[in-house]
Amino acid sequence: MQTTIDQATFDELKETAGADFAVELVDTFLTEAPVMIAELHRAFAAGDAETFRRMAHSLKSNGNTFGACAFAAMARGLELGGLASVRAEDGAPLDALDAEYARVAHALTELKGG
Amino acid sequence: MVDAYAGDGSRTGAAARLLIVDDNKVNRLLLTRSLELLGHRVATAQNGRAAVDAMRHEPFDLVLLDIEMPEMDGFQVLEQVRGDLALRDVPVVVTSSLEGLDNVVRCIELGAEDYLTKPVNPVLLKARIGASLEKKRLRDQQKEFVRRFAAPEVARDLQESGFALGGKRVHASVLFADIRGFTPLAESQAPEETIELLNTYYTLMFDAVAGHGGLVSHMAGDGLMAIFGAPVGLSNPGDAAVRSALEMIEMIELFDVEQRSAGKPEIRIGIGIASGEMVAGYTGTNARATYTCIGDVVNLASRLEQHTKEARRAILIDAATRETLLSSLSPESLGAVALRGKTQPVEVFAL
Repeated sequence: MQTTIDQATFDELKETAGADFAVELVDTFLTEAPVMIAELHRAFAAGDAETFRRMAHSLKSNGNTFGACAFAAMARGLELGGLASVRAEDGAPLDALDAEYARVAHALTELKGG
Repeated sequence: MVDAYAGDGSRTGAAARLLIVDDNKVNRLLLTRSLELLGHRVATAQNGRAAVDAMRHEPFDLVLLDIEMPEMDGFQVLEQVRGDLALRDVPVVVTSSLEGLDNVVRCIELGAEDYLTKPVNPVLLKARIGASLEKKRLRDQQKEFVRRFAAPEVARDLQESGFALGGKRVHASVLFADIRGFTPLAESQAPEETIELLNTYYTLMFDAVAGHGGLVSHMAGDGLMAIFGAPVGLSNPGDAAVRSALEMIEMIELFDVEQRSAGKPEIRIGIGIASGEMVAGYTGTNARATYTCIGDVVNLASRLEQHTKEARRAILIDAATRETLLSSLSPESLGAVALRGKTQPVEVFAL
């Protein structure tokens, strides 16, 4: 099974940007991501394809930054698949993203503490 | 909105002013951090519109641009920057996690200097930024050379239209000016004094030409040729040329007062002006060219300037130029004059 956060990616981030800064960046992500995910849900409900794609794109980008590979892959799936891909599975991909985010948030919180 | 200045550029001597454009806060923070660690000064914008506003507000050495953004996306920013003469030389490096090679190609086609995939590798970032800034520095240097060695109008024309040898037909006026009795004057004093005199003379003449929208296209010895109406169009080139000539005469009279009080020789100038259709453009080779104009009108202006000696008048103009003058000026007709090199006598007017 894939780890939630790729340790090597996260370590590299800490090394190049500084440990303190990495903590600040994680905190920013933990504040911003729930807002983007909520916006993703809203866009799905409203049939707003443009916002849906942009939010998924942004979450993918941030996921890659922290080494949240599974999370980033799911967000990428939403970016490429669009509203239709979520409708086809009756909202399941969005639920999966929510669940993966919970794991990512937990793992990042642990990592920044350590 | 653009976030306030952040960062410490004093770490290295080569600090550049960079603009980061990204709607995602995590990306913005991370890029800002990476660039500050490289010693650059950074400002940020949260969407394309704010970025273009910021670029118009202050000069940036380089812009790091995201593509997916609300309000105005990165593609639109690239289009705006390319269409704006004041902005189009600022290098834009696209940083995005866009899917699809066609999007990368589109960025490059729209004038992006480079493309970096997010998350941006710090080593790659440093190398690309360094290369882009170096290219920008060379371009700035080139522009500075053009500015220094070409007339401002030509520099602008070159920047707007690019360089191409060849001419186009324009309606313009040409002015020739020359110092009367320059050779004996030069022989009567030290060469250093003559250079100084010429420099002052040219400064005064350039001012008089530029002040009326003209362009000095040639200097040779003590003579100069100026074009009015090309490459930048003027509503009334003839009138502008004559007013420039009158200012030249006035300047020289003031200069002579100074010369007299310093016990130095006074100078007199003769000016010829002709107007009409001519061919204007760049002539020379691709390596070295000059903006000039060619045609009968140009020859006529030169002949009129030479004729000022015999006519003992400071300014001579042709009939076409006379037609364009505003009523406040009343040139005196000298009738039809047989000018050297002209088969038919030409109507000449003096001011």
